[in-house]
Amino acid sequence: MRGSGWTANHPMLVFVARRSARLVVSLALLLVLSFAMIHLIPGDPVRAALGPRAPQSRVLALRHDLRLDEPLAKQFVDYAGNVVRGHFGTSFVSNLPVSEIIGERLPNTARLAGIAFVVILGLSLPIGMLAAILTRDGRRRGTDLAFTSVTGGLAMVPEFLLGVGLVYVFAVTLKWFPVAGQSGVSSYVLPVTSLCLGSIAALARIVRAETLKVLGEDYMRTARSKRLPARLEYLRHCLPNMLTATLTLGGLLLGGLIGGTVLVENVFAWPGLGTIITQSVAQQDYALAQAIILLLGSAVLIINFGVDLLLGTLDRRSTIRQA
Amino acid sequence: MTALQTTGLTVRFGAGAGALTAVDHVDLEVPAGQVVALVGESGSGKSTLARAIVGLAPTTDGQVLIDGSDPAALPGERGRALRRRVQMVFQDPYASLNPRMTVGDLLAEALGARGGVRRPDRDSEVTRLLGLVSLDERHAGRLPRELSGGQRQRVAIARALAVEPAVLIADEVTSALDVSVQGAILNLLAEVRARLGLSVLFITHNLALARYVGDLIAVMYLGRIVEVGPVDELLADPRHPYTRALLAAVPALGRRTAAAPTLDVEPADPHAPPPGCHFHPRCPIGPQVREDRQLCIASDPWPDAGGRKHRAACHFADAGR
Amino acid sequence: MTRGRRSGALGAALRTPTGAIAALLLAALLVLALVGPLIWGHEARAIDVANMLQGGSSAHPLGTDNLGRDLLARVLVACRLSLALAVLATLVGAVIGIPWGALPVVLGRRGARFVNASIDFSVAFPSLLLAIFLAVVLGAGALAAVLALGLVSAPAFARLTQTLAASVAGSDYVAAARVLGVPRSRVLARHVLPNVAEPLILNVTLTVGYALLSIAGLSFLGLGVQPPDYDWGRLLQDGLQRIYVTPGAALGPAVAIVIAGLAFNGLGEALARAASTRPAVRKRPRRGTAATVADGAPVEDAVLDVAGLTVAFPTPDGPVTPVRGVSLAVGPGEIVGIVGESGSGKSLTALAIAQLVPAPGETAAQRLRIAGRDVRAIPAAERRRLLGTSVAMVFQDPTASLNPALRVGRQLAEVAEVHGGARRSEAMRMAVERLRTVRIPAPERRARRFPHELSGGMRQRAMIAMGLMGSPRLIIADEPTSALDVTVQQQILRLLRQVSDETGAALIFISHDMAVVAELCQRVLVMYAGRVVEELDVATLLSAPAHPYTRALLASVPEMATDRDQPLATIPGRPPEPHEVPEGCPFAPRCPLADDRCRTQLPMLRELAPGQAAACWHPQADPAPVGGIAAEGCG
Repeated sequence: MRGSGWTANHPMLVFVARRSARLVVSLALLLVLSFAMIHLIPGDPVRAALGPRAPQSRVLALRHDLRLDEPLAKQFVDYAGNVVRGHFGTSFVSNLPVSEIIGERLPNTARLAGIAFVVILGLSLPIGMLAAILTRDGRRRGTDLAFTSVTGGLAMVPEFLLGVGLVYVFAVTLKWFPVAGQSGVSSYVLPVTSLCLGSIAALARIVRAETLKVLGEDYMRTARSKRLPARLEYLRHCLPNMLTATLTLGGLLLGGLIGGTVLVENVFAWPGLGTIITQSVAQQDYALAQAIILLLGSAVLIINFGVDLLLGTLDRRSTIRQA
Repeated sequence: MTALQTTGLTVRFGAGAGALTAVDHVDLEVPAGQVVALVGESGSGKSTLARAIVGLAPTTDGQVLIDGSDPAALPGERGRALRRRVQMVFQDPYASLNPRMTVGDLLAEALGARGGVRRPDRDSEVTRLLGLVSLDERHAGRLPRELSGGQRQRVAIARALAVEPAVLIADEVTSALDVSVQGAILNLLAEVRARLGLSVLFITHNLALARYVGDLIAVMYLGRIVEVGPVDELLADPRHPYTRALLAAVPALGRRTAAAPTLDVEPADPHAPPPGCHFHPRCPIGPQVREDRQLCIASDPWPDAGGRKHRAACHFADAGR
Repeated sequence: MTRGRRSGALGAALRTPTGAIAALLLAALLVLALVGPLIWGHEARAIDVANMLQGGSSAHPLGTDNLGRDLLARVLVACRLSLALAVLATLVGAVIGIPWGALPVVLGRRGARFVNASIDFSVAFPSLLLAIFLAVVLGAGALAAVLALGLVSAPAFARLTQTLAASVAGSDYVAAARVLGVPRSRVLARHVLPNVAEPLILNVTLTVGYALLSIAGLSFLGLGVQPPDYDWGRLLQDGLQRIYVTPGAALGPAVAIVIAGLAFNGLGEALARAASTRPAVRKRPRRGTAATVADGAPVEDAVLDVAGLTVAFPTPDGPVTPVRGVSLAVGPGEIVGIVGESGSGKSLTALAIAQLVPAPGETAAQRLRIAGRDVRAIPAAERRRLLGTSVAMVFQDPTASLNPALRVGRQLAEVAEVHGGARRSEAMRMAVERLRTVRIPAPERRARRFPHELSGGMRQRAMIAMGLMGSPRLIIADEPTSALDVTVQQQILRLLRQVSDETGAALIFISHDMAVVAELCQRVLVMYAGRVVEELDVATLLSAPAHPYTRALLASVPEMATDRDQPLATIPGRPPEPHEVPEGCPFAPRCPLADDRCRTQLPMLRELAPGQAAACWHPQADPAPVGGIAAEGCG
């Protein structure tokens, strides 16, 4: 087979090419699904949206506006073309262009999710690693128990519940932070905390478990036999090996951050995408719902792609195996 | 009469340039009542050969003949009954027994596979099998994790014997055991063989063990049998350079490690075997050492091995040095 | 015949406090789900417009909702729906996911690839987006929520099933069953399923917990349960709007959700922990005899001088001492072998000498001097340098002993950087030089590779090169060739010999293989059950070993001169584990010469002749030559 030598010699490139292809396919599938959503609705979607009492003429007019009377294939092509150009249609509840609505709200959601993302990664890695280093080989049973119980408990509390609890304690009772809305730095504290705490706990546990596993490996014994300073031992020898499995599981967690953000926004009446989701579904504002699914779904796919690439550079063995 | 025979047996994984030919047109015979010791290092394909013989690895080409007949050609139950006449004991005593089944259950299951044992007789049959391997009936109620490595291997042997095979394949059965325990298992195998008239294909990487156990020795390298012959004869007059290298490398009590370092050559990659003779990059009498032996790179000596002593797959087997 | 004991992980899990509490909570929830609506259903529906939106009181501990209905009753009744939906969603996930993941077993290679890809693809999709999608298509409600959760948890089940099925299907015991001719259905039922069931049950438990929380979240968003039905999520949403005024309305459902989540996850965790730690039946360990008396004066000029070395590990049943009072002195350039089987403590001895015994093991010695320095008395920084440069370790499995994430050259160079203060480029150059010394072809190129890109023999050479980075006086090699082919082994042995000759470093070579040790070493220590039972030079080893164990060991090794017509010599029984070492001589249970004295009194190591010491009450004096073909060997 021609070129098989080349593929064997450049496993990294093959890996990136494969993952990129997979991303493109996933995005295309997402596009198809979001398009198909309206057409999968049993019955007449427009009638369902406008209600039984709306005049037929209005129904027909809206059908025409939404181009539902054209052939399916053409509709899809138009849809795809529009999406690529950033036109997501018009919300027929508010009559504003969807891209405007989203444009207003997306940055708020992105800010919240972005800060949470950074905080989660930034805190769970060192906390987990430290916990592992302190409790390896069965040392410090007390610390072990405390860590496991606290993280176990926190990881099981869903973000919206945590949000409710935090609102009650810190906003309503202690009045340290605003109860809802986005209004300056202090208004970020409670929402970000609700989003992060559970994920930090969950990820820190994973980090600790993986670090303990790596610390027990033979190559760490070799590193110890070389009497390297602790910093080198943990950062250069332990960290890269621990990151692989951590990122795999952590990547899934971060994809789930999207869902968490939506929930937290609803608790805090945050002016982001999360607070209009329910409305758009309840009021059958299809264009809006479509756009939200498309955007959030793409965000998840791209995050996973990034994590995959990162994993590929860290763990050469599996890269080669998959190539 | 040959109890077990393979003709041109080939096992290839994958296709095209990335294919791995683990077993390459192997012709092997195990005469009835004899022990053939199959020797090879890692990558030689000896375990894959064993698995292909019992149907655990897919055969790409060639045939396996049991008692002269091909089980693949016989329909249904007759084919299965023929296949059952070859049984295998695996290397890792910790992985070859189901951790959730008691010894008694495992043996009963094997008896069930053979058929012909009525329920009420089952217990006594199990006790008889345990006795064959010098274990007593108390062991029937134990779980594998309560047994030592040596005891587990005995159970594995008993299980194989439960279906009354004609041929036993022992795949590195003592490699995972302590030295002081190995002997007991090997003695057991010898005793069982003598008592039941079994033929044995004994796979090992240890040439000393092969010599002790085998009537015939077959040497495997990179999927091929490079030399085969009666044990004393082969060891006294090895014809293939690889066999000689193996012999020279076996640690022997009374020898001393030479101070002269050896040429470090990478062991051949089974995914990309060298052209011509597979052994030529490491061969001490080959083209790396002798300029005039380009024949080794150009032409594979294996096809005309039949004409040489011990079926040695070497162009210069008869030349000696 | 007794059937297999199915005590299983569940039993073990229930015995832990977490597991017991979680199980209790779950049982309570189940009961509540069953009888709650029967007991409190009426109250939950009772509309009392006069008492709307009240806070907590004695009549209504959590207050009332906007129609005057008692909130506590509603929370209790909502348990049934919340639980039912979670279980339903999990069922959907399992029913789709498990067969999906089991497909490769049936389909073969092609199918496996497809299934793998499809699982990879779908495993990360967030449930929320799917819930929105389904809510739009099917209308917001419990059905959409259950389907969404179910579909989203299916890939996780599939992945788990696939991994489990592959590992079980590839196991030797399944292979054995197939070779025996056991019918496929029986293999599936008796071999595959039982070994796969436990982890799957664990996943089911965790998934129900997760589904419960997620559906509550969806209901909270308005995408799940719709009025007039209500689950905890729905109640929470209603309560949230009044949280400042009547917090009880929100806290009630919140607490319920938390408790349910904790119960499921707690049980799941307990199951997971029980499944991963199930050691074989353990006998009570005997109390080990204290460290033996060391022999006299420190040895002059020794590279290594250790006396009374002991390693102890604390266990719940008392301390276990795998190494009991080992003494050893090695001079410069000497090659000493330590031979023993499993449980002999030889590897731990090596680790103890290098101060590498992992916690909680404790190393103690009456004397431990390396290159003339007392290892325990010198300051820490000096000790690090001493052990990092003067002592080189070569471990058994070079694949596992080299860091897979770092390039080979880097792993070597850092020794020079850390202990020699060399700059990066200089250290790299040294690394390449060392690789050349151990005869790795194209060392510059190889230094830039990762360990998995090298062959087994080359990796071991790289390990030796790594040890040579610091100009070692002592090389400790623990079974360095046991994982290698015999032809490669020969190369490594010769390399070690060469290194010892050229650098003058002493070499301690540990192995279970008598023949290898006899080939390479000048002097041999035979270890059994944590003690040295004999110490002698190789010539004596091959002509007149004194200890019955040494003799038996030599006799049981089949080698090129062994008599083929005789059964192989064996030693009945097996070497004792560190926790079951008997009183008296540890070899007595297996020794043909043992008498009462042997069984009660521990023999000390005593010198029998110059260069030979044995720990035995009946040392053998008659010659027992081995290696029938004398010094030249064969071939």
